[in-house]
Amino acid sequence: MTELTEMTETTLTDPTVVRAIQLVWREAKLLDDKAYEVWQDLYADDGVYVIPIDPDTEDFASSLNMVYDDKRLRGMRVERMIQGYAPSAVAAARTVRTISRFQVEAASATEVTLTSAQVLVAYKRGRTDVLGAELTHTVRLSDDGDRIALKVVRLLNSEEAVTASGYLL
Amino acid sequence: MTTIDDRAPGSYADLAEGDRVAGQLYTDPAIFDEEMEKIFYRTWVWVAHESEIPDAGSFKTTYVGRQPVIVTRDRRGTINTMLNRCRHRGATVCDQSKGKANGFTCPYHNWSYALDGKLRGIPYPEGYEGVVEKADFPLQKLRTESFMGMVWATFNQDAEPLEDFLGDAKTWIERFFKQTNGYPAKVTGIHKFRFRGNWKIQLENTTDGYHFPMVHKSWMASVDAETADMMSFMNDDTAVSHDLGNGHSVMIMAPGNADLDIDDGAPLQERFSDLVKELEDSGEYTTEQIRRLIRSMHGSGFNLNTFPNVSFSLSFFRVLIPISVDETEIWHMALGMDGGPESLNRERLRIHEHFQGPFGFGSPDDAEGWERVQLGAAADPQMPILVNRGLNRETTSEEGWPTSHCTDETGMRGAYAMWKRMMSDD
Repeated sequence: MTELTEMTETTLTDPTVVRAIQLVWREAKLLDDKAYEVWQDLYADDGVYVIPIDPDTEDFASSLNMVYDDKRLRGMRVERMIQGYAPSAVAAARTVRTISRFQVEAASATEVTLTSAQVLVAYKRGRTDVLGAELTHTVRLSDDGDRIALKVVRLLNSEEAVTASGYLL
Repeated sequence: MTTIDDRAPGSYADLAEGDRVAGQLYTDPAIFDEEMEKIFYRTWVWVAHESEIPDAGSFKTTYVGRQPVIVTRDRRGTINTMLNRCRHRGATVCDQSKGKANGFTCPYHNWSYALDGKLRGIPYPEGYEGVVEKADFPLQKLRTESFMGMVWATFNQDAEPLEDFLGDAKTWIERFFKQTNGYPAKVTGIHKFRFRGNWKIQLENTTDGYHFPMVHKSWMASVDAETADMMSFMNDDTAVSHDLGNGHSVMIMAPGNADLDIDDGAPLQERFSDLVKELEDSGEYTTEQIRRLIRSMHGSGFNLNTFPNVSFSLSFFRVLIPISVDETEIWHMALGMDGGPESLNRERLRIHEHFQGPFGFGSPDDAEGWERVQLGAAADPQMPILVNRGLNRETTSEEGWPTSHCTDETGMRGAYAMWKRMMSDD
């Protein structure tokens, strides 16, 4: 236990890891602000954004997911969220999300994979919902700007009813 | 006009009048309670597709009305639907949504039950000698019958046979399953979400073509031109809805796909060209077979709504579970071909994800509309909800089905006629 804590603390101060954490937090703020056009630019061209249903699967292509976006689908999703045609996006819940409890799964000079805990609170029409999730981010570091290569959102209740409220996780 | 206060239980049926129903039907908890008794605990309620419980020992849990049930396949292959309730002190005996088991053991005092519900074991049985005969205390069973792999259950031992209840819907169930092209259908994944609204709002929606171009404008804008064209039925006179009787109805949105055995000759959609090439390169399929497989990718071309809780919607099942008068859970169950080309099953998952589920491009917008109906219906609960669209152009088909354009409310009128009939029964 002590060993693990020491390792985590040491790694979290690593400059490459700090950059990755900064990107994860920046993404969280953009999503809470619904600044989707800026948000999609955080992703690498081959970046994947996925909210799986099956809590154990890594084979997203062979499973039904809630979100499984490549660049093309992400672009369409952003368009849908901002164009004003989608009643759920127009009336979307307001959200605040906290991301913490970072752990470094892998780190090199060019790529960092982090897991973290996300607690999202959503408010709409007098009702407050809480969604808990385990996040995995793979961040590709570059002088041209760090980009998300993979984001996996594993909701605690992914296999049960998840309320549709017009925002992104 | 009567008021809410002087309407007694048993007289709610009058609130549905053919082409209109009182808004109170969405908002009155007493009506909801009576619907559970007179509809959900008396008629056939869909509980499973056989692919969800493929082997001896497979089970799933769900609800009939508000009552928790377990659906199992026992050692003899028989499908059982049983109340998920220990006969001793009432605890649920199964806490998983699906799985495989040899039986079920209550967590409280470890009474254990077989897959067919028989009470198998009672710990420390001395206290029950001459008090409890195990044969008298199995899990309570519902009547269970299947049609084409779809499983329904009912509390009502006197209910008509399932196939009689389905009636003319059976023809459309057979047509629906043509999309699996001779392979057994299998459930490949489930999206679940809840909305704050009455179950009948969703029941209506399944044969509501009218909302599609408005509510789903963002989805239409995001798909390829050919798919958008397929769903552009507003001015297509051959896109119709039929009231099939017993509350069942069908809305045909893509008439060219309504019977996949009949090739309408339309060109295959460009979006599937990579899949066509893959199937061609495999050398396993004839040109004709490939054409049939690809024509099936979007499903059956229609939504079949069976009363009261399951629909066969284009390429998936829609299940509704009433939670309370103003909350409903929806399951959208994706389908694939068991043993069919996996690349096609995967593409079907992508098509499903695009529209369905809590983050799809379609479902959240439906849910927003339904919640707004629930909120608005609280205003003057006697003011009618109109389901009269298309009365001026409704005809009778050669099969004898009331028929109108697929944007008309023929199917809803059929569902409310059944609602009225069932709510009138003592």
